[in-house]
Amino acid sequence: MQLSRDDLLSAYGTMVTIREFEERVAAEFETGDMPGFVHLYAGEEAIAVGACLDLEDKDVIASTHRGHGHCIAKGCDVEGMMLELFGRKDGLCGGKGGSMHIADLDRGMLGANGIVGAGGPLIVGAGLTAKTLKTGGVAIGFVGDGATNQGAVFEAMNLAVVLDLPVVFVFENNYIGEGTGVEYSVGSGDIAGRAAAFGMPVEKVDGRDFFAVHEAMRACIARARNGEGPSGIEALSPRYYGHFEGDPQAYRGDGEVEKYRDKDDCLKIFRQKVLEAGLLEEGDLDQLRDKARKEVDDAVKAARAAPAPGKADLMTDIYVSY
Amino acid sequence: MAKKTIREAINDALRQEMERDERVVVMGEDVAGGAGLDGEEDAFGGVMGVTKGLYGQFSAARVIDTPISETAIMGMAAGSAATGLRPVAELMFCDFMGVCFDQILNQAAKFRYMFGGKATTPMVVRTTYGGGLGAAAQHSQCLYGMFTAVPGIKVVVPSNAYDAKGLLIQAIRDDDPVIFFEHKTMYDLADEVPDEAYTIPFGEANILREGSDVTIVALGKMVLEAREAADKLAEDGIEAQVIDLRTTSPLDEETILESVEETGRLVVVDEANPRCSIAADVAGLVAGGAFEMLKAPVKQVTAPHAPVPFAPELENLYLPNADKIVAAAKEIAA
Amino acid sequence: MSDEIRKLTMPKWGLQMQEGTVVEWLAPEGSDIAQGEEIVEVETEKVNNAYEAPFPGRLRRHVAAVGQTVPVGGLIAVVAPESVSDAQIDAFVAGFDADFVPEADEGETATPQTVTIDGRDINYLDIGTGDGAPLVLVHGLCADLNGWMFNHPVLAAGRRVVALDLPGHGASSKDVGDGDVAFFADTLANFLAELDIGRAHLVGHSMGGAISIAFALDNRDRVRSLSLIAPAGLAGDINGGFLAEMIGAEKRRGARLALSQLVDDADLVSRDMIEQFLRYKRTDGVPEALAVIAAANFDGDTQKTVLADRLGAIDIPVMCIWGDKDQVIPPAHSDKLPAGATVHRFENVGHLPQMEKAAQVNALLAEFANESE
Repeated sequence: MQLSRDDLLSAYGTMVTIREFEERVAAEFETGDMPGFVHLYAGEEAIAVGACLDLEDKDVIASTHRGHGHCIAKGCDVEGMMLELFGRKDGLCGGKGGSMHIADLDRGMLGANGIVGAGGPLIVGAGLTAKTLKTGGVAIGFVGDGATNQGAVFEAMNLAVVLDLPVVFVFENNYIGEGTGVEYSVGSGDIAGRAAAFGMPVEKVDGRDFFAVHEAMRACIARARNGEGPSGIEALSPRYYGHFEGDPQAYRGDGEVEKYRDKDDCLKIFRQKVLEAGLLEEGDLDQLRDKARKEVDDAVKAARAAPAPGKADLMTDIYVSY
Repeated sequence: MAKKTIREAINDALRQEMERDERVVVMGEDVAGGAGLDGEEDAFGGVMGVTKGLYGQFSAARVIDTPISETAIMGMAAGSAATGLRPVAELMFCDFMGVCFDQILNQAAKFRYMFGGKATTPMVVRTTYGGGLGAAAQHSQCLYGMFTAVPGIKVVVPSNAYDAKGLLIQAIRDDDPVIFFEHKTMYDLADEVPDEAYTIPFGEANILREGSDVTIVALGKMVLEAREAADKLAEDGIEAQVIDLRTTSPLDEETILESVEETGRLVVVDEANPRCSIAADVAGLVAGGAFEMLKAPVKQVTAPHAPVPFAPELENLYLPNADKIVAAAKEIAA
Repeated sequence: MSDEIRKLTMPKWGLQMQEGTVVEWLAPEGSDIAQGEEIVEVETEKVNNAYEAPFPGRLRRHVAAVGQTVPVGGLIAVVAPESVSDAQIDAFVAGFDADFVPEADEGETATPQTVTIDGRDINYLDIGTGDGAPLVLVHGLCADLNGWMFNHPVLAAGRRVVALDLPGHGASSKDVGDGDVAFFADTLANFLAELDIGRAHLVGHSMGGAISIAFALDNRDRVRSLSLIAPAGLAGDINGGFLAEMIGAEKRRGARLALSQLVDDADLVSRDMIEQFLRYKRTDGVPEALAVIAAANFDGDTQKTVLADRLGAIDIPVMCIWGDKDQVIPPAHSDKLPAGATVHRFENVGHLPQMEKAAQVNALLAEFANESE
């Protein structure tokens, strides 16, 4: 299926925004001015954007600890995100969530999650809401390769199938769970096959290829919207950074990341495909990259200048009423 | 006014709220029962029979039988609540929090704060607690204290049918996550319960008996023991004021402190283990807020720091009861 | 002589009362008591109240000690002249105890009923029989038929007595339509028609007074007499601050503060009274009903419906009972009544004379109904 020029521009713009955001966060984090810890998504942009390009605000995603990319792909405000990562009062979550818990329910973003695998059951809940209230929405759960070993995710997959919910599981296989390889930690070695055993169609795709992800997701989303139940994709693509920033990544082979960046980069693959097909011009893409870079730069400036939350904010937002 | 059991009162509350609001759904293991089998539909109506009949009225779309997957049940409740439903999930025994606590502790309880006030999570978890059935260590615990310790959730422990209905309706209409504890030996206790829907606000303890000699603070089933103890104490001329906490989060600190200021003596009764418990919490509250009014040490009547035993003889020794409360009260008020 | 010995027994206040506890003897042994004098304070599950002597005499013996719980109808004191010896009193007490059997719970037989009026369920209690026209008791704002617990059983001794829960109150439907006096008067008219009550002695308290007046103005032929207790509807002013507190009270503390303004002696407000009030307030539909009623009837410190000047035009016997310490509606409003009206003013009584001075109010109501038959 041919994407429109606008769709292609939107897809690349979002991917490159994620990349610029993550590279800049890595640099900002190194200054020591950003609190806590961050898990960067660079390298996996095609998965988030391929999965979310066709989603609407009524559709809900549940994310992971590596959630910035999902956030941006689902339409969260970049400046609000950067403020949140800096722990600012006007951040997306008022400075109370930070990188690992960034969320925006108005955008259908049910939160990054500090607990590996916890988003699985939550997205089943979002699917139940869509089905019960007949919103027409779908629920997309991002699940890392490490999380596929969590019982919570097994329970979630089974329940989604049992209740026939409009849920799509996106298994993001970046080959490494924290510091342990998938080859070691996934007993069968086959994430898609294991998920399929719960009774839903699951397609394995090249996660570096936006078009492959998008095409597979289009089918999953259509199935969910048509009331045909859950399904999933396993998308494989490396991450360029450590499990967290500051991770010495001693588990990596020599030159591994450089090879990914050079040969397997999702942005390069996208560029090559659209240029070869004559769908977009080089200038279009450079312009999007420059725009993204400026947007992120502005966001950092705004975040650095923004006020921190204060005493008055400590005890608010715990309960609706107490 | 009709007398209804706690079981009927809770069923009333669920039915009326489901009629009132299409967003209210019930979910859990065997909340109907019989799915996928050739026998009766609605075979269980919940393992305690509390949800019986709802399936017939609201169908499988709103009375949702789940696999034995407590994590997924709690997570589905949290996720559906954050996206627009008002689920009432059943956790068959509160002991099973051991397999699903993350979805309550780290998810539902935290959404609102982590997300900067943008999330509301109007979910209710109905669960059972307490000893007395010989169900032993994994099916008899009183774990409301652990939930009470978590900011972001509310905890309700009703002691009678009237309160059970009003507090459950309040819980369902409440926009925060609520854990609702039902004592598994109390379902058949009856009380006058109006047919109409009504609410009881959280954080208002009930004063069940006036008295000026000693304050007895209790919750859940221990309220029954406390009332019996108060009657026995009255025979010996000791007038106890009995306070039913109703909710442990929020906690009605004001009523507790005011009562102790009046009586100068406190016995806290809790069926749970003593360490980091509601009893210890209330004792600490009074030590900090009414120390100068105390005429005697605070007494805590609780289960011992041991798992719940199986043999009836041991379980009887284990559980707090009216006699133990009377003895504690007499130590400080005689 | 044993016929000079008279017994004082535990009164029955309300259908559910089965026993009472003596809190304090107000009249000492050996004192002369007057009819209507408060002689003993009694606590029940529902209320605390003083028991007023039903007849005069010398109080010879406190049979029930302070703290003692006695079933309804059980002996609590003996009244007899000095000529009766202590031994005779001992024998009387022993004889009473030997014969006394506590009554079966009357609540089982006299339970409220429900009729549908204008699409609303109306809960009412209908007890007693007699030749005269029935007494119909109409409660005030935030009250219900249980507010007549001290009056209902006593008045029913010689007459049919009907007490209803107005819409928005008690166990009746909570929809109150326009919520104004005219709405309630219409409901009352249709309710009485449904019960085939052709002519009634109306007793209205507070807002129920205004409703009773409005009903009488439109239904002259259906009213034998009009007894108004601290009625609304006679003049403009009313304690709007109190109304706001009563309607706004959500928890025990606020309820106690509001209810204690209803009576002169705040000790009358029992834990159970507060609990029943809160249970009412927390029923679905009640906050909305009270908001509608408040908006329809009051504007700050002003009543919107004043009917006193029309009352003179109809020829109905009118009696009015008011406490001089009423903090809700000024007792001086009784000046607005037609010249022929009988007015009784009680000293040291608040807005609930029917509860605070139950025995005397009961006597006045029964007598006035008899006179007006």
